[in-house]
Amino acid sequence: MEKYIFYILSAIIIVFALASVSSRKMLRSVIYLLFVLCGIAGIYFLIDYNFLAAIQLTVYAGGIVVLIIFSVLLVHHIEMELEMVKMPRKILTVLLCVLGLGVFLYTIYNNDFNVVENYITTNTSDIGTKLLSYDSGGFILPFEVISLLLLASMIGAIVIAKGRNLNDKNNG
Amino acid sequence: MIAGISIYEILTVTSMLFFIGIYGFITRKNLISVLISIELILNASVVNFVVINKYLYPDMLQGLIFSIFIIAVAAAETALAVSIIINLYRQISSVEVKDTEIMKY
Repeated sequence: MEKYIFYILSAIIIVFALASVSSRKMLRSVIYLLFVLCGIAGIYFLIDYNFLAAIQLTVYAGGIVVLIIFSVLLVHHIEMELEMVKMPRKILTVLLCVLGLGVFLYTIYNNDFNVVENYITTNTSDIGTKLLSYDSGGFILPFEVISLLLLASMIGAIVIAKGRNLNDKNNG
Repeated sequence: MIAGISIYEILTVTSMLFFIGIYGFITRKNLISVLISIELILNASVVNFVVINKYLYPDMLQGLIFSIFIIAVAAAETALAVSIIINLYRQISSVEVKDTEIMKY
């Protein structure tokens, strides 16, 4: 049963990712990205990382996609069609990507992974303990650095998006 | 782990997703589309982290925590990129890659 769900999810992911990079309407391309992100959240649910799936749904599908939709609506007319690159360059890029994919798959299928058969479920309290532990292997320092990074990027986004007005007020 | 699915199949799906992202990154001419392709690439790498953690080292949590960090950095990066794009649109009225050729400072 889980096997078929995985195949359906990966078909959704690949098809909508292709649609997202090849659609000529901007807003549709963002909505296809939303489907891809939801499919990936489904894969996280399948391998029993419920917390990560919730993060994926809230941060990506709830935050980033809405942000991109806002920027599309501020910047474009909705029905504007994108210009595409010329055909020879597109074919060259497809060939290069298929070549790279071949190298990747060759390496993956020639490597023996020693897979451990397991059905452990991790609950959220384990993740929280690991994130905030001071012991060796704990992640308290990167956690704090990430919080600083989020603060800095928030201030930076406000300053950059406000643009000239803020600078004028400061200078004058 | 998923019953009946080997690690090879999941890694195949994520490498396909990665190269679809690279294709979009190279062929798209619009800054927002380039941003969408970057999201695809980042998502492929996050799924790789999680799957390798779950299949090879199931009693560890490192891959899971690193994927949480990657998602946080991706959110910060998207917010900054969107603000830069909006500021650029105010100044030169365009978000095409070929028009962005001057930097002020």
